[in-house]
Amino acid sequence: MEQAFQTLLAEWRGVKGNVIPLLQKTQEIFGFLPRESMIEIARATGKTAAEIYGVATFYAQFRFTPMGRHVMKICHGTACHVQGADSLDTVVEQKLGVKPGATTADGEFTVERVACLGCCSLAPVVMIDGEVYGRLTGDKLGKIVAAAGARKP
Amino acid sequence: MSAATVQKGAAVAEVAVGMSSCGIAAGARVVFDRLGKEVAARHLPWAVVATGCIGACHAEPLVEVRQPDGRRFLYGNVDESRVESIVAGHLAAGAPVAELLIPEDYPYLARQKRTVLANCGVIDPESIEQYIQHDGYVALRKVLTGMTPQQVIDDVKLSGLRGRGGAGFSTGMKWTFARDSKSLTGKKFVICNADEGDPGAFMDRSVLEGDPHAVLEGMLICAYAIGSDEGYMYVRAEYPLAIKRLHIAITQMKERGLLGAGILGTPFSFSVHIKEGAGAFVCGEETALMASIEGRRGMPRLRPPFPAARGLWDSPSNINNVETYANVPPLIRMGGAAYAAVGTEKSKGTKVFALAGKIKRGGMIEVPMGISLREVIFDIGGGIIGNRRFKAVQMGGPSGGCVPEQLADVLVDYDSLTATGAIMGSGGMVVMDESTCMVDVARYFLTFIQSESCGKCTFCRIGTKRMLEILTRITEGKGEESDIAELEELAAKVKVSSLCGLGQTAPNPVLTTLRYFRAEYDDHIRNKRCAAKKCKALIRYSVTAEKCTGCMLCARVCPTKAAHGERKKAHVIDQDTCIQCGLCFEACRFDAIEISSGREALAAAPSRETADAH
Repeated sequence: MEQAFQTLLAEWRGVKGNVIPLLQKTQEIFGFLPRESMIEIARATGKTAAEIYGVATFYAQFRFTPMGRHVMKICHGTACHVQGADSLDTVVEQKLGVKPGATTADGEFTVERVACLGCCSLAPVVMIDGEVYGRLTGDKLGKIVAAAGARKP
Repeated sequence: MSAATVQKGAAVAEVAVGMSSCGIAAGARVVFDRLGKEVAARHLPWAVVATGCIGACHAEPLVEVRQPDGRRFLYGNVDESRVESIVAGHLAAGAPVAELLIPEDYPYLARQKRTVLANCGVIDPESIEQYIQHDGYVALRKVLTGMTPQQVIDDVKLSGLRGRGGAGFSTGMKWTFARDSKSLTGKKFVICNADEGDPGAFMDRSVLEGDPHAVLEGMLICAYAIGSDEGYMYVRAEYPLAIKRLHIAITQMKERGLLGAGILGTPFSFSVHIKEGAGAFVCGEETALMASIEGRRGMPRLRPPFPAARGLWDSPSNINNVETYANVPPLIRMGGAAYAAVGTEKSKGTKVFALAGKIKRGGMIEVPMGISLREVIFDIGGGIIGNRRFKAVQMGGPSGGCVPEQLADVLVDYDSLTATGAIMGSGGMVVMDESTCMVDVARYFLTFIQSESCGKCTFCRIGTKRMLEILTRITEGKGEESDIAELEELAAKVKVSSLCGLGQTAPNPVLTTLRYFRAEYDDHIRNKRCAAKKCKALIRYSVTAEKCTGCMLCARVCPTKAAHGERKKAHVIDQDTCIQCGLCFEACRFDAIEISSGREALAAAPSRETADAH
């Protein structure tokens, strides 16, 4: 991983507007942004660590703690909201014991609320490990979560 | 093979599967794989191909059979189990499967006019050949070989095209400013705003996934018109499939000399970069978007200077959204005057909408400007699910507003919609019925705005927070008479004291619901009643003993074991532990769960959490 990160830094050195792509690709490598990586990105881009941290914390995409093995995004777009996305939160909390924004103690699931996945005609929807599940009911989601937990990511 | 030598394709025998994100979510990939297997197993002379969003998202997965004789048959709701009957019946035996067919005069499709979406769901978006076969890059050739930049701009002006991102500024004027602007850096940039952030909107995603070359061609034409040689496409990171297809398109363009130096043998050069957004709604604002491309926090700045004067890296820049650029190639091909023949006096052409919510037939639609909202919702969308009463349609996302039922005859054009207090917006259209609480909708949008405000302007940062607190209070039954006046006062201040569009329009959802649904606010405040039975603190779930069969389903789904009882005996819901999640209501097959709201209901069944609400 460390080597991939060094290659990445070398590849983007001196490129205009490289900060966000560097952060994105670093997160792809480590799964989150380790503190040390941001300090190194600061060095490579000639910015201060505070500037890099300021950019990273501005955007919702960046994480500063490791993710769970499965990532679940519960859509709270307008269409999903009017079709009852709130009750999906309840189901997930009941099944996994965590509220959106947190990772389960065993590191299996990270649960997030997202603004819109753009699958409004299938509302309400959740995305688990990149796959979208639509036209959900509480009961259906419960079964999907159980099945996802049993699967290797 | 150069772009010019590709001719219109010969007759083909194809089965196309709609493979946009939502199609895939509905199971299109399974259908695609199964079709491939069945066709191969029977050695049938049919090609199974992927295409973009066919648009009838309510009937996904969609499969279109394109016969060599030119006839087309669209099948809806095709799951894996139905693949075999289509292959055996239609492909092998030539007999269309009537019960799965979507009829040709299907009103959802018949009332639309597809210009921007002409190729979506028709061509394979990962094939430049197919784009070229469908008039792709004809417009680019036309401008590069036969028009001066000024003539291009004149034609765009003549067409009356206005920005499809929401504000509706004249595209031709915008290009003029960028063209006339002197660059101190020697560079000008063309930027495509594909940071489609409005919740409930997916038009741009579908266009990028279904016809990426059209957007890129539009950007190239703009670059030629304003004198730019470099462009950026800023795409939401949440749209991985769109990003993938753009990368494929760009590679194909480079291979064919449609990007790089000396495009189509002319002196025109252009290169384009894809920038992935990192999840900040405010980056849809043009100055914030440019800050983000430059690698900074995406915070808006004061305008002027406008991007046309000083934009990306201090260079004059033209920013349009996806749909605007996608309008350009057809506009150039048909000419500005012909383009302007569709629409109303001040709103020309067509508009793409993402129709969703409590509607029977949702999906991606494209309609001529000047159609009424009623026609869109009832003729195209088929009306409300379960034939319940239509209440309002939310347009323009967090910047827009709710148009109530009594204004349903308003025409879809920029100015008529603005007059209602809503906006055209980028195209999100979420339909609401009597089970939607308008106070809750206002609170929902304010929650969104609150978390997405960049924090630069005090009123947007704190004013919207105060507004959200008031709305939350009202939905919890703790509202006071003075709350409405305070909301209105804060709304007015947030509007005038915010730098960018996010803050300036943030109060719109609150203001339009106050304007058209004031009685609902009053009902929440005075009677502690939510007529839509949506606000948890104001509702109580109970079991109607006469209807309950004691099937125990509610007890099984209840997360707090509030619903309980013995088999075959009427169940009860314990108000102390009930969290009003509604799962029992959703699960009950006998209509035995009742929801009540209002002072009396709350007093009759006080719960621990909300005992202080009345």
